[in-house]
Amino acid sequence: MLLVSLVVLALLVVCSVMIGARPVAFDAVLQILTGSDDPRLRVDSVVIWTLRLPRTVLAIVVGAALGVAGALIQAVTRNPLADPGIIGVNAGAALLVVLAVSVFGWSGVLATTGAGMLGALAALLAVAVLSTRSRMSPLVLVLAGTALAAAVGGVTSGLLILDSGALDQVRFWTVGSLAGRDPELIWPSVALVTLAVLVGGAIAVRVNTLALGDEMAKSLGTSVARTRAIAVVVVAVLCGAATAAAGPIGFVGLAVPFAARLVAGLDTRWVILLSLSFGAVLLLAADVVGRVIAGSGELEAGIVVAAVGAPLFIALALRQRMERL
Amino acid sequence: MTGTDASPDALEARGVSLGYPRREVIEGLDLRIRRDSFTVLIGPNACGKSTALKGLARLIDPSRGSIVLNGHDIAHRRTRDVARELALLPQSPITPPSVTVGDLVARGRAPYQSLLRQYSRDDERIVRESLATTGTLDLIDRTVDELSGGQRQRVWISVVLAQQTGVLLLDEPTTYLDLAHQIEVLDLCARLHAEGRTLVVVLHDLTLAARYATDIVAFKAGRVVAQGAPAEVITAATVREVFGVECAVIADPHTGTPLVVPARPPHLGGETQPPAEPTHREDRSRS
Repeated sequence: MLLVSLVVLALLVVCSVMIGARPVAFDAVLQILTGSDDPRLRVDSVVIWTLRLPRTVLAIVVGAALGVAGALIQAVTRNPLADPGIIGVNAGAALLVVLAVSVFGWSGVLATTGAGMLGALAALLAVAVLSTRSRMSPLVLVLAGTALAAAVGGVTSGLLILDSGALDQVRFWTVGSLAGRDPELIWPSVALVTLAVLVGGAIAVRVNTLALGDEMAKSLGTSVARTRAIAVVVVAVLCGAATAAAGPIGFVGLAVPFAARLVAGLDTRWVILLSLSFGAVLLLAADVVGRVIAGSGELEAGIVVAAVGAPLFIALALRQRMERL
Repeated sequence: MTGTDASPDALEARGVSLGYPRREVIEGLDLRIRRDSFTVLIGPNACGKSTALKGLARLIDPSRGSIVLNGHDIAHRRTRDVARELALLPQSPITPPSVTVGDLVARGRAPYQSLLRQYSRDDERIVRESLATTGTLDLIDRTVDELSGGQRQRVWISVVLAQQTGVLLLDEPTTYLDLAHQIEVLDLCARLHAEGRTLVVVLHDLTLAARYATDIVAFKAGRVVAQGAPAEVITAATVREVFGVECAVIADPHTGTPLVVPARPPHLGGETQPPAEPTHREDRSRS
């Protein structure tokens, strides 16, 4: 299944490079990628190297990050319905982006990315402070995160209603899109996400023991509070990087690990690995579809994921008779 | 499997105080678990025997005193290293919904795994051996949800066996099981003991405890009332002191070990038993 999804991913990469406002034929793509400097392909070459490829990489990284973040947060909270947004990181990122645009008048990519990352970290800090007294109990973690997300979301909505100029600027960002992102942003995101995924992989065995209850986990040599804390930081970094790069994209973090568990069972190591690849497939597919179905314009990936993914998810869940809930 | 030192005790509590925030359950506990013994902890509900077991397994940090495992203070050791010498099966561990038997038991290998050593052929072999020991190897692909209570308990014992430790602590492994399955689990414990492991088990049935244990420790209100061989500990006087129950102790016709026969009940003409003394520290301070 991992191999199948990687093949699908490769096909999607080809589609993603070919499809767009200026379609590029398959053999032209091959020539450009293998370094042809045929003058007839010059425009196509620029389109591919500066727009399509970076955008494709971004979709893969953001999708993979959200998938892995979901897998970890669901395992750590022992809650199959948890979404990485449950620890409030996305809401924190959104608030700071809106603040930056409406109050401080920042604009452009730097504003959204920098402020988004800052907001994610601030939210993480707040949730951590609220949860440490309970030694990161999953219940307190979810309560603190949900309450924080609600409060912060309220403030964000308030700001946007009072300031219609900011609303216009932020509108596309809050939907979650991969279009028109600065290629400069990609490499920091790739680095952060890779690092976080590696740390996630390193604690996967210990996360597996958490599923057996805190006492059993401790008896198996797991430092329970420390493992949960590391997992939450990893989730925050993954979500922060994804949100800063593409805006708050929901649903991927909920549905991807669910599908991964249907295939791989409950072992967190396999769920992480599959979520990595399923997440990339889902988001890249959504981005490509968004470029096709809206005719001359584009539909944002965040919208496509929710609109197309949700019915699929419901079908999957019903087939499982919601057993795991 | 066991430590390197030659001390006669596998596990020792030295002046240990244990409890929860604002409530000490055990104060100044001194307890020695002989190496290669099958030690059974008995006592009324809430007497501190489960708390003592959790303290021995470092699930609760003592507020005073120290726990010594194979000659080393466990407070100074990495918890992963301790998990390779001592395993505890809690009273009610969580079974992840629809987990398979094989996946569950594989998690017992966690103390030996890391980022670079995720799962090896050794792990696979040890998981199968652990299941074979408890007679559940044929269940390896079933989900734990669909098993009977007795099978489930044996699968959980396989999880701690996969830890490959010399010391095994089991918190009430026979609770909720019918008599046949209680005997099945205790026979399994006896076999594990005979293979050279040190067992510390909390049990409620005194007659079964006397049959299987080499050592019995009787707890009451957070302290040790009696400790020794079954015949020394299971006496009418100790049962009266620990449980507040009048009884006769006769020789088990099959094994010769002590057999506890409670006094004639009131509806058959016996005397009313004195109400059991409150054993809980909190209860005592309240009355």
